[in-house]
Amino acid sequence: MPKRKDIHKILVIGSGPIVIGQAAEFDYSGTQACRALREEGYEVVLLNSNPATIMTDTLIADKVYIEPITLEAAKRIIYKERPDAILGTLGGQTGLNLTIELAKAGILEQFHVEVLGTSLEAINRASDRELFKKLMDDIREPMAQSLEVETVKEALDAGRKIGYPVVVRPFYTLGGTGGGYADDEQALADIAESGLSVSPIHKCLIEKSLKGYKEIEYEVMRDDKDNAIVVCAMENVDPVGIHTGDSIVVAPLQTLTDKENQMLRDVSLKIIRALKITGGCNVQIALDPDSFKYFIIEVNPRVSRSSALASKATGYPIAEISAKLSVGLTLDEILNPITKTSYACFEPSIDYFVTKYPRFPFDKFETADGELTTQMKATGEVMAIGRNFQESLNKAIRSLEVKRDSLFDPALASFSDEELKKRVTDCDYERPFAIAELFRRGTTPKEIHDLSKIDLFFLDGMKSIVDMEREVQEKPFDVETLKKAKKLGVSDSFIARSWKTTTISIEDFRHKNNIIPVFKMVDTCAGEFESATPYFYGTWGEENESIRSDRKKVVVLGSGPIRIGQGVEFDFATVHCIWALRKLGYEAIVINNNPETVSTDFSVSDKLYFEPLTIEDVMAVIDLEKPMGVIVQFGGQTAINLAKALDERHVPILGTSLEGIDAGEDRDIFEKVMAELKIPTPIGRTAFDVEEARKIAKELGYPLIIRPSYVLGGRAMQVVDNDNELEIYMKTAVKEITHDSPILLDKYIRGREVEVDAISDATDVYLPGIMSQIEKAGVHSGDSTSVYPPLGLSEEVKKTILDYTIKIGRGFHIKGLFNIQFDIEEGTDKVYVIEVNPRSSRTVPYLSKATGTSMCEIATACIMGTSLEEQGYPTGMKEERKDRYFVKSPAFSFSKIRGVDTTLGPEMKSTGESMGSDISFEKAMAKALLGTGVHLPLSSNVLITVSDDTKQETLAIAKKFFDIGYGIYATSGTASFLRENGLIVRDCRKVSETKDSRMDVLDLIRTKKVTYVINTQPFSDKSSSLDGYLIRRVAWENGIFCMTCLDTARALLSVLENESYSFEPLGEERK
Amino acid sequence: MRKQLVLEDGFHLYGEAFGSKEDSDVFEIVFNTSMTGYQEILSDPSYFGQGVLFTNPLIGNYGINRDDFEALTPSLSAVFVSTLCDRPSNFRAKLSLEAFLASAKIPGLQGIDTRAVVRHIRSQGVLRGKIVSEERNSKEVQKELVETPLRHDHVQHVMTKKAYEIPASGKRIVLMDFGAKLNILHALVGHGCSVIVVPGNSSYEEILSYAPDGILVSNGPGDPMDNREAITTLSKLIESDIPIFGICLGHQLISLAKGGKTYKMKFGHRGANQPVIDLKTGKVLITSQNHGYAVDEKSLEGTGLVPTYVNLNDRTIEGVKDIRHPVSSVQFHPEAAAGPHDAYPLIQDFLKTIDEKEDFIHA
Repeated sequence: MPKRKDIHKILVIGSGPIVIGQAAEFDYSGTQACRALREEGYEVVLLNSNPATIMTDTLIADKVYIEPITLEAAKRIIYKERPDAILGTLGGQTGLNLTIELAKAGILEQFHVEVLGTSLEAINRASDRELFKKLMDDIREPMAQSLEVETVKEALDAGRKIGYPVVVRPFYTLGGTGGGYADDEQALADIAESGLSVSPIHKCLIEKSLKGYKEIEYEVMRDDKDNAIVVCAMENVDPVGIHTGDSIVVAPLQTLTDKENQMLRDVSLKIIRALKITGGCNVQIALDPDSFKYFIIEVNPRVSRSSALASKATGYPIAEISAKLSVGLTLDEILNPITKTSYACFEPSIDYFVTKYPRFPFDKFETADGELTTQMKATGEVMAIGRNFQESLNKAIRSLEVKRDSLFDPALASFSDEELKKRVTDCDYERPFAIAELFRRGTTPKEIHDLSKIDLFFLDGMKSIVDMEREVQEKPFDVETLKKAKKLGVSDSFIARSWKTTTISIEDFRHKNNIIPVFKMVDTCAGEFESATPYFYGTWGEENESIRSDRKKVVVLGSGPIRIGQGVEFDFATVHCIWALRKLGYEAIVINNNPETVSTDFSVSDKLYFEPLTIEDVMAVIDLEKPMGVIVQFGGQTAINLAKALDERHVPILGTSLEGIDAGEDRDIFEKVMAELKIPTPIGRTAFDVEEARKIAKELGYPLIIRPSYVLGGRAMQVVDNDNELEIYMKTAVKEITHDSPILLDKYIRGREVEVDAISDATDVYLPGIMSQIEKAGVHSGDSTSVYPPLGLSEEVKKTILDYTIKIGRGFHIKGLFNIQFDIEEGTDKVYVIEVNPRSSRTVPYLSKATGTSMCEIATACIMGTSLEEQGYPTGMKEERKDRYFVKSPAFSFSKIRGVDTTLGPEMKSTGESMGSDISFEKAMAKALLGTGVHLPLSSNVLITVSDDTKQETLAIAKKFFDIGYGIYATSGTASFLRENGLIVRDCRKVSETKDSRMDVLDLIRTKKVTYVINTQPFSDKSSSLDGYLIRRVAWENGIFCMTCLDTARALLSVLENESYSFEPLGEERK
Repeated sequence: MRKQLVLEDGFHLYGEAFGSKEDSDVFEIVFNTSMTGYQEILSDPSYFGQGVLFTNPLIGNYGINRDDFEALTPSLSAVFVSTLCDRPSNFRAKLSLEAFLASAKIPGLQGIDTRAVVRHIRSQGVLRGKIVSEERNSKEVQKELVETPLRHDHVQHVMTKKAYEIPASGKRIVLMDFGAKLNILHALVGHGCSVIVVPGNSSYEEILSYAPDGILVSNGPGDPMDNREAITTLSKLIESDIPIFGICLGHQLISLAKGGKTYKMKFGHRGANQPVIDLKTGKVLITSQNHGYAVDEKSLEGTGLVPTYVNLNDRTIEGVKDIRHPVSSVQFHPEAAAGPHDAYPLIQDFLKTIDEKEDFIHA
């Protein structure tokens, strides 16, 4: 069928801020789909609140609305733009939910907006468990017995009926939020309670547990002609029980015979046809390892994380094809974009082994519960391609950037066998490492299988890695051993450690013995057709397929997996750098390992190498491609961290040189340069041990801000107030201290934080704008609310900031982007420079979009030798916008991870961001908050429970809430203080007080009597009283906005005040 | 033990021998892109005289089981894999691939860059080759390969020598066996048919003597033109108006019987992901395929055969039907094994044509 001619303008809904369960994969899918629609001649209007994405770039859609993904915003955009159609299947659950809301509200009908792709009816049939179950019954496909419940009591009844173990699945939540397995009544009561509260319709499904079954996924596509195909079948290494987003997943299927595969393929196609999906769909099936018995787990009637993975694993662009199918094309009409000689209506065959490995945030959330369940916890993932399981698993592990280069975790060496086995049975996120450690101690794969139900195929594979590693250790410099080890993906760095030498000498040894990797193409067809896809992976074989061109080329390093502190912002920068290079006529070669991102879309760069970002893997590409140099400044700390090793290997770093990078990273050099430039910095020192740290503390005086050097996103950064805290910190963060990365101690300056991103060519420095932060210094800038144009900065301060920025750009010889964090001291307005990041930063996409400056493009041109002057950007600051305010607000995923304290501090905790813009700060702030899911009712209640040192400050805030008509609840101490000061306050009982019929503070939150919680803890008390901790956790888990910083509360108030009326009697002047 | 694969154009590479450690016969090297189903593939009689290379880099993972054979014994000449899995894991696994090939005396080579070989075949077309010991001079082997005469007796090695019946009470189908896959029998028996399996070169009279309701012309190895007798027999059978359905080689033989021509493809279609388009409905089926020859579209003109299916990718003929007689055939494998079941209903469709014809006669 030809494409639709009766529609012209399509509204596409994005997925909003990155949260656990809904991450960069939707930027990849959305970007691809928007491009596909425009390629077919449609006008695309985009709604997405996430400024950090490529999708929200003006190059991707005809009109980009960075607005909250709410009914209200969508309504206004539809009213204004009058689209003919809406496509909501590309923006994850968020996009689907909004589309459903719009339909329910009658807006689509009113404005004659047609839903493209899968119909809402079909979506409903797929998402509503009851309807889906009924459909499965109709087509005689088995599902595990399940019952819907709306109360904990009903849940317990269901548990009795079905029999334990059972699984709790809340309705309509992201990534299985709030669900989990229960082995008994107690566990079921707990999980059902949290599940019911997170489900927007307060319903959960209690289902028979299929723990131990194989979890198999089929990515299927269907068109309106009813053609249906399987793009990729994937096998979860972790059996049913762990969310697939948290599982190690491999492709193609490994332990299924063709009989089982075809049986499940038939089922998947039958389901997509029964659902009448147009586009992509993910079908998850549980297969009994001991028979042909299977159960349908669930389907996702849209593009998903799995579809992004399947696209990267096979080369088949599911989102692009889905978009084309949604406008009426059929699979047999669309050329396979990879081969360009075959059609999209075929099933890719892959001739390599793909492993996806999740990236967990537990390195940052050390107190969090690391047990994996049906609720997704990973923030991101890596994918690795090899020719066997061992190779791709080893490559995946070293792509993770968790300081490991093999299946060996030294920390586990001190664990007892029992402790290790417990990690295996508990599905700890470190399970593969525990398994490897047990293998090292002689445990057999069979024993591990009995504990974990992981298929022996995978366990044998892991064991063979352990065996290989032992052989490597036993036979130093044995060429045959080395060859064997490399085929199993053992890293140079592991071998170097085993042979007590350096990675460089292993590289030399390999080269001398001609042990060099080759690169093979990802072509969707196992080599059957000639393809021109520039998509490669490294492996060990005879023939190298990646042919070096004679064009001038540049290698751009990507930023690896999405993690807290290094999110999609860096992919945005990477992609822009690639585009700029191509525009300048260079061949842009990208190396990255994140399957969720736009940068690993093979159509973005001239050549894509899907490889780990370690020096070994990067050098293999460089040795082959011999580029002019490497650009490291867009790929976050991942890429920056490789600069030194590249320099040692005489690879030119394009842009800011290694010296410039070191000046930002190395505290001593930094201070020296800053002193030379006469720029004040907080006094800081470097310590290598506790003794030294204590001495420095005495000299500088408390409070101090303390952190290890070379860390991401303020990881392990903390404000300490006395010797005791200092010692505790040094002890707990001690694993971070090595001679290469000591501990930094800085004098903590109480004041406001201001941030700039600027571009320099080492002569001129161009500053697009200054961003001020709402939260005071001490809250990580990534967790702060950011405002452009900046609020409350005097012209004097702005001038100083510009002056310092120019000096630093020149003084550090920055070529390209850099970021500076400033502190403006309270009272004195003195400007301190806290840190300089000689690279693209988290705020670059936000500032680029707010100021309308293509920062990465300008920076790339500088890097490649076109001066700022030549580009028309003279030294100075771009004129500040006066027409509009832009506010960036952090989004958190606290509800997904139990055991994390939600208090904001110097350690970053947010996973994403949303942007709001409008003609005033208050309106922009409101939108930013709405974009992260905060509600802004004009009358409601607020719960205030604050520490003594912030009570005075809180009073003003409480008064304002009172003035706009909010009810105030407070815990005893806070309540009496507020009452003494003339406010009407309702008391609520602390958690720890004895239980009686009255509600305590947690009940208050759970029953949603309050919309906001303001909670502070004493500045010096990091031991975090259990009460406060529980209040914060329960608030987040129940979707209540909990502020731990009074600055945030003030900003929120300004929004509420702006929208409400105040009532004052005559004659009384408002104070 | 290290051994080498030598091809007739001089291409050679080394690998580790598995299965039978003997030198192989001379074979034609082909590759299969299926990601599951190695057991079905290596027992498929159509691979007689061929060395099969699996593009899936890891083979043997789920072992060999009792049920999934397409013939009692494998008839291919050699197996090539990138990595052999020697610790199979599947509840039905009885044997490792290695052990199975050793007992079936089939030589294999592992640890080779299979993708390099595929790319070589893709550019050079199918080639003859041999697995020989590591020390052999490859030039010498190449000479031997070039001098080896092409064989024309494939079918004789894989078809039944004697007719036999699988009795049931349903329709009586004569299966002309040129090396039929067991799943064709499964499908017919599954539909309640009484099947008489006859050697492919059985005479017209013999076939008619079984009074068939329908005739199924099976798949099989080699050049279709090598089956002169069968082609003649088929041209008479077609005129008899008995419903006939051909699969793969059967399809080529029917086309030849009607005066069409076949030609050797550069490297054929072998895999489980071949899209064919049904010219009647415009819908696409993903099919299992294994063929190195194809029916020439132009040659069909005036033969009374019209195309029913074409390959979506290269537009080659994938199916034909006779405009006057109840005869049709497909190049792909409706019986799947290994591969997708999209075309499975075609076997039922064939049985339906028998009903229709009977209705017609009795009407």
